[in-house]
Amino acid sequence: MAQSNRLAAGGRIDRSRPLTFRFNGKPYQGYDGDTLASALLANGVRVTARSFKYHRPRGIVGHGPEEPATLVELDGEDASGNRPATTVPLREGLSARSVNCWPSPEFDLGGINQLFSRFIPAGFYYKTFKWPNWHLFEPSIRKAAGLAAAPKYAPSCGYFEARHAHTDVLIAGAGPAGLLAALEAGRAGKRVFLADEGPEAGGGLLNRNLTIKGQPAMNWVADAVAELQGMANVTHLQNATVWAYREHNMLIVNQRMPEQNSLLERSWRIRAAEVVLATGATERAMVFADNDRPGIMLATSLQAYVNHWGVLPGQQVVLFTNNNSAYPVAADLAGAGALVVAILDSRVHVPDAAMKLVPDIPVHAGTVVAGVKGHKQVRAVRAVPLGGGAGAWITCDLLGHSGGWNPTVHLWSQSRSSLKFDETLAAFVPDSAAQRCRAVGAAAGNLTLDQIIEGGEDLPYAIDPLWRVEIADQKGKAFLDIQNDVTVSDVYLALREGYDNVEHVKRYTTGGMGLDQGKTGNINIIGTVAMQKGISLQDVGTTTFRSPYTPVSFGAIGGLREETVLFPYRHTPVTQWNKDNGAVMYEAGARWRRPGYFPKPGEGLQEAVNRECRAVREGVGVYDGSPLGTFELKGRDVPKFLDFLYSNVMSSLKPGDGRYGLMLSDDGLILDDGVAFRLDEHRWLISTSTGHADAVNQHMKKLLQTEFPGWQVMITTVTSQWNNATICGPRARDVMQALGTDINLSPKAFPFMSFRDGTVAGLPARVVRVSFTGELSFEVNVAPRHMATLWDKVMEAGEPFGILPVGSEASHVLRVEKGFLSLGHEVDGTVDAYDLGMGWAMSQKKPDYLGKRSVQLRRQSGHPRRALVGVLPEDPNRQIPEGAPLTPGGRREATEGLITACVWSVMNDRWVGLALLENGHARQGETAHVRLKDGVIPVRVTKPVFHDPDGKLLRS
Amino acid sequence: MMLIPCPFCGKRNESEFIFGGPVGADRPDPNAASDAEWVEYLTVVPNPLGPVQERWWHARGCGEWVTIWRDTRTHDIVRAPDGPK
Ligand SMILES: [Zn+2]
Repeated sequence: MAQSNRLAAGGRIDRSRPLTFRFNGKPYQGYDGDTLASALLANGVRVTARSFKYHRPRGIVGHGPEEPATLVELDGEDASGNRPATTVPLREGLSARSVNCWPSPEFDLGGINQLFSRFIPAGFYYKTFKWPNWHLFEPSIRKAAGLAAAPKYAPSCGYFEARHAHTDVLIAGAGPAGLLAALEAGRAGKRVFLADEGPEAGGGLLNRNLTIKGQPAMNWVADAVAELQGMANVTHLQNATVWAYREHNMLIVNQRMPEQNSLLERSWRIRAAEVVLATGATERAMVFADNDRPGIMLATSLQAYVNHWGVLPGQQVVLFTNNNSAYPVAADLAGAGALVVAILDSRVHVPDAAMKLVPDIPVHAGTVVAGVKGHKQVRAVRAVPLGGGAGAWITCDLLGHSGGWNPTVHLWSQSRSSLKFDETLAAFVPDSAAQRCRAVGAAAGNLTLDQIIEGGEDLPYAIDPLWRVEIADQKGKAFLDIQNDVTVSDVYLALREGYDNVEHVKRYTTGGMGLDQGKTGNINIIGTVAMQKGISLQDVGTTTFRSPYTPVSFGAIGGLREETVLFPYRHTPVTQWNKDNGAVMYEAGARWRRPGYFPKPGEGLQEAVNRECRAVREGVGVYDGSPLGTFELKGRDVPKFLDFLYSNVMSSLKPGDGRYGLMLSDDGLILDDGVAFRLDEHRWLISTSTGHADAVNQHMKKLLQTEFPGWQVMITTVTSQWNNATICGPRARDVMQALGTDINLSPKAFPFMSFRDGTVAGLPARVVRVSFTGELSFEVNVAPRHMATLWDKVMEAGEPFGILPVGSEASHVLRVEKGFLSLGHEVDGTVDAYDLGMGWAMSQKKPDYLGKRSVQLRRQSGHPRRALVGVLPEDPNRQIPEGAPLTPGGRREATEGLITACVWSVMNDRWVGLALLENGHARQGETAHVRLKDGVIPVRVTKPVFHDPDGKLLRS
Repeated sequence: MMLIPCPFCGKRNESEFIFGGPVGADRPDPNAASDAEWVEYLTVVPNPLGPVQERWWHARGCGEWVTIWRDTRTHDIVRAPDGPK
């Protein structure tokens, strides 16, 4: 029984290297050089899959990427799903399972869908959206629609990588036309990149017995490959699929099984000066009742199994065709020992050249197949004259069919190059190129070897198209798209319901939307639509070809760019200290990792945060403020620029002084807030929020380069050139003194919102008096190489005062207690400075600045606005979730605001919050209501400040 | 992926750039423009089927803003600033 369908000799397999593999749990044997499909056919496995919608038994149909029926899931270290069995190379120990069936394709419980098939018509999914209720069907559809599940783990046995390449000529396909193009370009000294999807060069020649100048065509291929190998300017890859053709001649190639063992796949992104598409042609299916039964295969695929893999999948063969290409198939099958019972040709006149190839085989011209006997295995086909009639049943165990050939124009079409319908070939062929590319060989419509290579001998191509068999008493489903179970009647239904554009037919029926993208069947859908509407195929047109041409694994697309490589985290020099001291690390915007809080053993988040807050309010704390965006601006036009950039006046600042300001975009939204310091006449330092530093940088540079190119302003990003430890709290000055500094720290000599340069703890430093906590603060800025030293010295000097490191959780509490803004909390794109109680930041003096006119315009509409207020829950122990809505009286009505922040205030010993509330400024002292799912929380509306309302402490 | 001509760096992959949007009308004098004119300036973004003038920031290159004309139908860059060829 082992390999009962294997021929004794022939094929490009190595019979000395047997391989064992498992399919659906059963062990089998194949040979090196097999695909999973050829090995299964060699072992006589007929039912290999169940169909997507109706769970009909299916077998192997094709021999390459066009395979519509048999998708498998691979087990093991490099598990992957939804692989056409025809493209899986056999290897020792391979274990594969069919998708879409349980427990096995022979006995499949989902097969019960066949009984209900009339309830699953075209557009079924869409209809459930309308009636009775999508949710009724959703669970069962989701379950039934699943192909293979995604693998649970990344492959443990290797990795994926990406490479970039530039080339003079990229050639897709190493068949005769591609090899010829490569030889020409290579001999001319051009850089050539030749990529072919198969394991071996030769394309269609691998599957056929053709000659060039009297010699086997594969000899010519071997010579060509050897010559290319000798050229240093040629890169020739096999197992490498060109799957995407993007703009500006960029193409993406997926190379499988590169030479290194640990490398699974390599993704090449290639920029080519010129592209040659030698992508060959794809055989298309015939459409007749029950054309999906196991044992019904593409004619040339039968030929390929015989010639390429030494497998004869059956003994009694019928061929059904509308073109010449089935005749060499018949000859090769007969030569391999099969009994070719008959050739049924829908054409009334068969060309003599074709007849000459099959002198001993009965040819029935003007005859079609109009029915199949056999459920899991074809047993007989019904041959009927084209015009109808009773016909006759012909016994067979294999039916090969050929509906003609389509040039493989996927990449051509992806490049936006146009197609035209060629009446002689009855196929869409390349028309005019949109980029620097050309199609050659079969891809250009030259379907026979004599048209491609001088001395090539081949049967001329001739076809009389037949888009579907129309015999009145034909019973059974006639599939246009075997993978997605789309039948001729589905297309009729779509047309009846008004979906008559080919793109609509595709979406409504899902025809051509499978993993095979309808490579064998789309043309028949187009033909069916054309016949039904009485128009030409040219006027129906094709659906859009999209990448990928064949499925590509996510691993290949991602390559080595897993998360932390694609977006590396940013760290400050005290990250290690933070980790050593038990910090729970957070991501703080712009990929900075910052400490969230520093729990002691056994301590929870709230206890730790309370402890840190109390230290800042009552003693002293320190935090690492390095991630704050920092920019130095130089030039004589900086004052003018800052006055345009910020809503308040900056130009009046004296050297050494700073000011808090708001940046608006020209539509009046708040873009960022921060502090600007004047270092000297022409040098300024501005800070931005951590997460918006890049956006502000982009904003400033765009303004300067596109709006004010004549202004003398130079911007340097110095975020990473300055690190700082911000010492804050009533004892901050004591800690500064203990550190030792040559700066006079008295409030008079060094007031709030100014900076001084000097030394701190023996390190050169710039000390800035800003405050984001509401307490007395010294921001000690040093060079990054001094930061770790500074930090250690601060902790040492602060120890007698009980200094604690402060994380972002405590910083959040401290700023909420003070009502300081946080972008993304209080500033959400709807509020302006007036709403926030910061009308003082909107200069009336300056005639123009970004956002001024827009804020005016919005406010003059008179619509009620939401204003920033403080809220105190009536129950002091009631926490309110951030984002909770406020509604009038707590009723189920449109919201009148939302809670932007709510924290436990150690200074007030209760929960306090900030909110944006309609007409909030006028409602202080009133009660407002938070409406939650499980109840209403009454809150008292207050000013948005809960600590040191006059700001005495931060100026102290 | 497009190749965008930077006048300083030459042709570079689109992934080195950040899109800065199409170039709209010039900013009117906010103290002279009518409400309608101001709103039009803010909200009407060119979106033609064909060449559009737009800005790209060579953020992962020289850091300069580049203004080009791109055909939205084809991605052809039909006009670009002069630079090294
Ligand atoms: Zn550049």
